[in-house]
Formats: sequence, structure tokens, C-alpha cells
Amino acid sequence: MARSCRRSVSPGEYVEASVDLAMFHELTGPLTLKVLRKLGSDKPWDREKLVIVLDHQVPADTVKTAELHKELRIYARRWGIPYFYDVGRHGIAHQLLVEEGFVQPGMLIVGADSHTCTAGALGAFATGVGSTDMAAVVATGKIWLRVPESMKIMVDGELPKGVYAKDVVLHVIGEIGADGATYMAVEFHGSTIESMSISDRLTICNMAVEMGAKTGMVNPDARTLEYLRSIGCELRYPVLRSDDNAHYAEELHIDASKLEPVVACPHRVDNVKAVAEVEGTPVDQVFIGSCTNGRIEDLRVAAKILKGRKVAEGTRLIVIPASQRVLKEALREELIDIFVDAGGVVCNPNCGPCLGGHMGVLADGEVAISTSNRNFIGRMGSPKSEVYLASPATAAASAVEGRITDPRRYLP
Amino acid sequence: MKIRGKVWKFGDDVNTDVIIPARYLRTFDSSVWPQHVMEGIDPEFSKKVQPGDIIVAGRNFGCGSSREQAALAIKLAGIAAVVAESFGWIFFRNAINNGLPAVECPGISKAVETGDLIEIDLEKGVVSTPRGILQIKPYPVFMREILAHGGLVEYFKRKIRGD
Repeated sequence: MARSCRRSVSPGEYVEASVDLAMFHELTGPLTLKVLRKLGSDKPWDREKLVIVLDHQVPADTVKTAELHKELRIYARRWGIPYFYDVGRHGIAHQLLVEEGFVQPGMLIVGADSHTCTAGALGAFATGVGSTDMAAVVATGKIWLRVPESMKIMVDGELPKGVYAKDVVLHVIGEIGADGATYMAVEFHGSTIESMSISDRLTICNMAVEMGAKTGMVNPDARTLEYLRSIGCELRYPVLRSDDNAHYAEELHIDASKLEPVVACPHRVDNVKAVAEVEGTPVDQVFIGSCTNGRIEDLRVAAKILKGRKVAEGTRLIVIPASQRVLKEALREELIDIFVDAGGVVCNPNCGPCLGGHMGVLADGEVAISTSNRNFIGRMGSPKSEVYLASPATAAASAVEGRITDPRRYLP
Repeated sequence: MKIRGKVWKFGDDVNTDVIIPARYLRTFDSSVWPQHVMEGIDPEFSKKVQPGDIIVAGRNFGCGSSREQAALAIKLAGIAAVVAESFGWIFFRNAINNGLPAVECPGISKAVETGDLIEIDLEKGVVSTPRGILQIKPYPVFMREILAHGGLVEYFKRKIRGD
């Protein structure tokens, strides 16, 4: 943050920071443009630093959505926005920003979507804002921010069989609560995080907002730089790491070797219980996807469990890769065959039923287990439905049995 | 600025999905949002609420999604302010940016009940309740100015650009 203000800053201070990358999508973009026009002009401050994505309901599911898509399409064409991700090039914004190489360590990224914090997994300061804030960013390239206090979450030890990044982050949220890190920047440290893939780190940082944090971050390391090299990304910002003697407002230590598979039970993300406590709860629908767990690594874990097996009768499985690129890789690895053979539905990349938009909305009284990030009342459809949040392994095992199931029984 | 109104009280962690469910976001028509405000908790709320009423809540009000439609639904329903123990920070910004006072007031959820009359005095930094006077966490100067201008758009036009 100090880099974006070109001076040293301290927690609690209000600063005006220069934004390196801004993003909006079809549910927050049209309101952003409306506010921009009230300001006098919708011209972007820097068209090279703006990414516009269609990702929530793709392709358009209603005339109203089609109008929202059209609005952004016309805007992108009018201002010659080079990074407009239209239907067919699309993916969930948080996944696209990473895989297209927009995210680098040391950047300040602002997105009109709360899960923008996902990008912190690569060492960027990335945070979500509303449409008016986004309009001010698009107009000026600047944003006012309160320099957040930092929280350090140390995760050490080897993850036991059947326990994944999702279980780690749900465990943390269960421990500190849905407002446990309000207004703070959460840093994830420790040997468990260091040995995690970029995909797993993205899962962890994605859910920082579910503990109230402004952003979640992992210090960039050799693995981060190797990942960026692998996607052909040239570093354009200083690779910043937290100081060894940094001061933290709060610290939490977790022994990863003692963790077990968990679920967040309805209707709170911090209502976290061991899978063992709720095992056997019947599920009508299983959703594997979203910006939290829709990456190729997630699909591989699910496919390993579903290979040669069938989804239980009376249960529906919906799999949605997070981006076109993920879909293509899943096709290449023949994971899509496994899901379809198991009796699952594979939809094209987008947010899908995560926020109750389409592609698997829940009816009254239905229960879902989902790899997404929120289980609030009505989040995936009817206010009388229930959502359990889980890892892709737990979700896949539950699809096979039609009940919430401990994935360890399905793993070698 | 003084705001006097009748209280509607809610609990902790009221998220933006219950303030305005995502199925109502697919529109340019902002009049849709106040018709469904707080629908996830109380489907009748939009019919009961009167202009000038005040929402009081516990911790972490407005957590979750960044949808500004949540702050707008509350504002367009005529609610004069939201007073809470603490806020989800994106909602807090969205409220201020739309000229809706989001007032952080530790102790408020224990001090009032639905139907109480309270008065918020933003200059003095206090909320007067039937059970005593509580201190507000003060706003920084620029945030007070954004509120005084009725939101970020007017503040930006007059203050930053000098229209």
C-alpha cells in the first residue's frame, strides 16, 4: 500500500492510493457506468488497466441479463477496452485475472466484487468495492483506503489425507468467526501454505472476505514466481514481502496435521463442523465449481473420487469449471468424461448457482453441498433451501452417496 | 446533522444476500431494490418500513457480497441511517458513498428494541436512546463531507473537481 501512495503509511491512516488494475462484471459494472455518467464522463482513466468480465450469468439467461451484457459490450467497444472478456473468452473474473497474467506481486488491485481478494494469493493487495467506489477508480485511477491492521495466520504441518485448502480456510473462519478479521489484511504464513500450490492458495485467499478481511495475502515465493513464469507473465512491479519483524494486530496458529475434513453448515460460513458430525445428511444437489474451487486442481480431486462411480439416485451433480481455459484442460485430461459418466451435469464456465442465478437454483426445502464460498439464507435459490460448504473431495464423495460423506473413505 | 427515527432491530452478521437477494440484481431499474429490502430475513419488511426509520443491528452488518444494491435498497426504502456495532467494510463504504449514514456505535444493539425512537447526532457523535446516550465512532473529516454532500458523486463533483 505504501508503494501505491509513494510514501510510508501506518495502520488506521486514510490514504489515497493509485490503482494498478480495476475490474468489474455484469452485475456491478452497469451501476458503475451509471455513476460514472453522473460524474460527467464514463471515459476510463487508463483503458489498459481496466478488465471487464462477463461471468455471473453466462451466456445470458434472461432478457435483463442480456441487456446488462450488452451495456458492457457497447462500453468496451466505445472506449476500445482491450481486456473485455465476452462470452466464449470468459471465465470467473477472479480466475481470469490470475490465469491471464493480470495479477502480480506488489500490485494494488480493486474489483467491483467482494472475492477480488482471491488475487492476494500471488502477493497482490487486492480488494473488493462497490460500484460508486469503482466509478471513482475508473474516473481517476485512485481510491481512498484505510490502511488496515494486519492479522497473521500461521498454518504449519502436513495436511492429513482428505484435508484440503478449503478445509483449512473453513477451519480458520470457524475459529475466528465471520467478523474475526473485519477491516484487516490477513496474511497466511507457515509451512503448510508454503508447500501449497497456487490453486490452493487462491482458495484460501478467496475466502478472506468471509472472515471480514479487506484482503488475504500469501507472501510471494519461488513457487509464485515459477507460476508467473509458466504463464508467460513478465514482472512489472517490485516483489514485496511482509517484513520479518512486522507487527501484527492479531496472530493465530494452526497445526495442519490435526485438521480433518469440515463443512460450513447453514446458514453461516463460520458455522463450521467436522464432516463426521453431520455425516449422513441427505443432499439433493452437489455443486463443484466457483471462484473458490473451480480450478483444474479441484476438478482433478473430484474426478479421482467420481471415476468409475455413479452419482446417487435422487441427487444431482453440477460441475462448472471456473474458466474456458480450465474447461479445455478438463476436456484434455478427460475429466469431463468422468463427470458425465457418473451422471453429472457439466455447465459452461461462470458463477452458476453459487449466488442463485441459474444452472442449478435450489427449491424450497432442498439441501445442497457446494464448493463455493457462501451459504447465506437464499444464496443458492429458495430462502427455504440449505447449503453446506465443503472441499471438492467432500462434495464428490457426497455426490456418490447422496449424503454428506467423509471423503477419506474414497481416497487411496 | 441530526437524525431522529423509529428503530427496526436486526441481529449480527446481516449479509448483503439477505438485504437484497441476487435474483433482483439483474436490472437497471433501481426502484426494484427497495421493494425487496431485507427480504431474506423478513419478507414483509418493505411494506412495514416508513421513510425516516432507522435500522439498528449487531456486529458485521452488510457482510458478504460487494453489491452496492444493498445500500441502495436500504436508502431508497427511505431508511435514514443504519446504526450497528460494526459493519462489513464494503457495505460501510457503499453506504457512505450513497449518503446513507452507517453509524458505528458499540453497545447499540443492547440499548434499543424495535419500535424505540432514537436520535443520532453526527456532529456531537452520540446516539440518544431510551436507555441512555451512546458514543459513535467518529468519521474522518472527508467522510463527513461525503455524507454532507449526500454521497460521493456530489462530493466528487463539487469538492474534487470544483463544479
